[in-house]
Amino acid sequence: MAHVQTGRTRDPRKGLTEPAAVRWALTVIALVFLTLFLAIPLAAVFTEAFRHGWTAYAAAVREPDALAALTLTLTAAAIAVPANLIFGVCAAWAIGKFQFRGKPLLITLIDLPFAVSPVISGLVFVLLFGRQGVLGPWLADHDIRIIFAVPGIVLATIFVSFPFVAREIIPVMEAAGSQEEEAARVLGASGFQTFFRVTLPNIKWGLLYGVILCNARAMGEFGAVSVVSGHIRGLTNTLPLHVEILYNEYQFQAAFAVASLLALLAVVTLVAKTIVEYRERRSHEPAHEGAPA
Amino acid sequence: MKTRHHTVLPGFRLTLGFTIFYLCLIVLVPLMTLPARTATLGWSAIWQTISDPRVVASYRLSVGAALAAASINAVFGLIVAWVLARYRFPGKRIVDAFIDLPFALPTAVAGITLTTLYAPNGWLGAPLEKYGIKVAFTPLGITIALVFIGLPFVVRTLQPVIEDLDVEIEEAATSLGASRGVVLTRIILPYLYPAWLTGFALAFARAVGEYGSVVFISGNMPMRTEIAPLLIITKLEQYDYAGATAIALVMLLMSFTLLLVVNALQGWSSRKLAH
Repeated sequence: MAHVQTGRTRDPRKGLTEPAAVRWALTVIALVFLTLFLAIPLAAVFTEAFRHGWTAYAAAVREPDALAALTLTLTAAAIAVPANLIFGVCAAWAIGKFQFRGKPLLITLIDLPFAVSPVISGLVFVLLFGRQGVLGPWLADHDIRIIFAVPGIVLATIFVSFPFVAREIIPVMEAAGSQEEEAARVLGASGFQTFFRVTLPNIKWGLLYGVILCNARAMGEFGAVSVVSGHIRGLTNTLPLHVEILYNEYQFQAAFAVASLLALLAVVTLVAKTIVEYRERRSHEPAHEGAPA
Repeated sequence: MKTRHHTVLPGFRLTLGFTIFYLCLIVLVPLMTLPARTATLGWSAIWQTISDPRVVASYRLSVGAALAAASINAVFGLIVAWVLARYRFPGKRIVDAFIDLPFALPTAVAGITLTTLYAPNGWLGAPLEKYGIKVAFTPLGITIALVFIGLPFVVRTLQPVIEDLDVEIEEAATSLGASRGVVLTRIILPYLYPAWLTGFALAFARAVGEYGSVVFISGNMPMRTEIAPLLIITKLEQYDYAGATAIALVMLLMSFTLLLVVNALQGWSSRKLAH
């Protein structure tokens, strides 16, 4: 590991920091805790995945059911992320640039999916579209399947990844104010020109940050998708569900091989997120440090 | 709705309209089916479901393990946030980036990994087994999974607050003769309380409803290691929609209460930090 210096830390000045022994002890406690809970589990995923070598790993990952699961996971994310992106931009524009009554309530409601258990997020769609659900009989009459089919998985994915983009860019748009956009409008720019030339450059890092988090959640969701999926191999299995099936069938190496793909996604997410945070901080320097996570 | 002052910016009606429409379609209408469905059951049926000893035991386990995990995270999260914000050591940037691993790692992956690690023959389970400590398939294992899931919340709510602490206050206290211990306990800690509590509440809220990371390590024995979200799924698989709905409604009410508490705490926090 490289010795990295950050601008944020201050020099240990006598009397303004803890004695060296305390600093050491706290650092060691923190690192041991993080090793135990983060580093060892992450290392274990890859160790278990390669337990029987490359060929076994490649076989597990290339197996048709695994590929079908990968395709479904990518499909669900490819629908959920753009949908929530468009919503996030609209919500941030309305909330960040205009004054209206009920704004705090709206912001709280946008955060709701975070407060709900993933299992309940799936359950509500079963209650709505399931065979015994509110719309169940009507859907059955028209031969439309939502629960235990792909539309249900997409809906549950949209639900759980709903707030990510919006909650990242609402504060950025609020902080930026609307003077620059008003100036652009007065100078004759159209609404879309104003958005793409003035607003978007201001929010691009926050937007990217939200999209990265939204995508990670969309691809990794387990509980909600599990409830609506029906676990039909090759049809309604996403990658996390495929991991579960393999694990429950005692195919541990294969389960971890597929899990390692998701762990890799997590690592890529963290790296991308760190880069975006760094760029965002630089674009605001030296006035202010990056927004909290 | 009316705008309070005139603005030349376009798209207010369109964006707000779409926002509310999409919010209703994806979140509010689906969520409303839960209380609507429960209302058709009648109070006695609901009460019968949620007062069933197996259900009560699952609530107790979910809440108890979540409280224990959030408490562990509160203690270690404070230390981690402090170390990351105030000290320098090699590899700090990398450590800082990996704090968010539990957010990025799918819960099912976390679940099978922790189970393998803490199984009686696992890397961590085997040494613990020698001392007679069983982790996998016990409430302790559930707590460990919930510690993992809640880890980033306390760190990430405290870290920016510690970074923004005004050093001048510490300097003033120190120059007036206060020892470091007094400065920490009388000046810094009180300042951190709201953020600390917010982080605790967020970690707790996440842990109560957690499913994916817990379901593998818990062993799922009724009355002993069966969490409430799992019981919802069990009822659904038995086509007992009414039972699942009643259990879920109680959990949803708990979540909303916690959401209100967190909102209040954040209000308190920003007021406190504004001074």
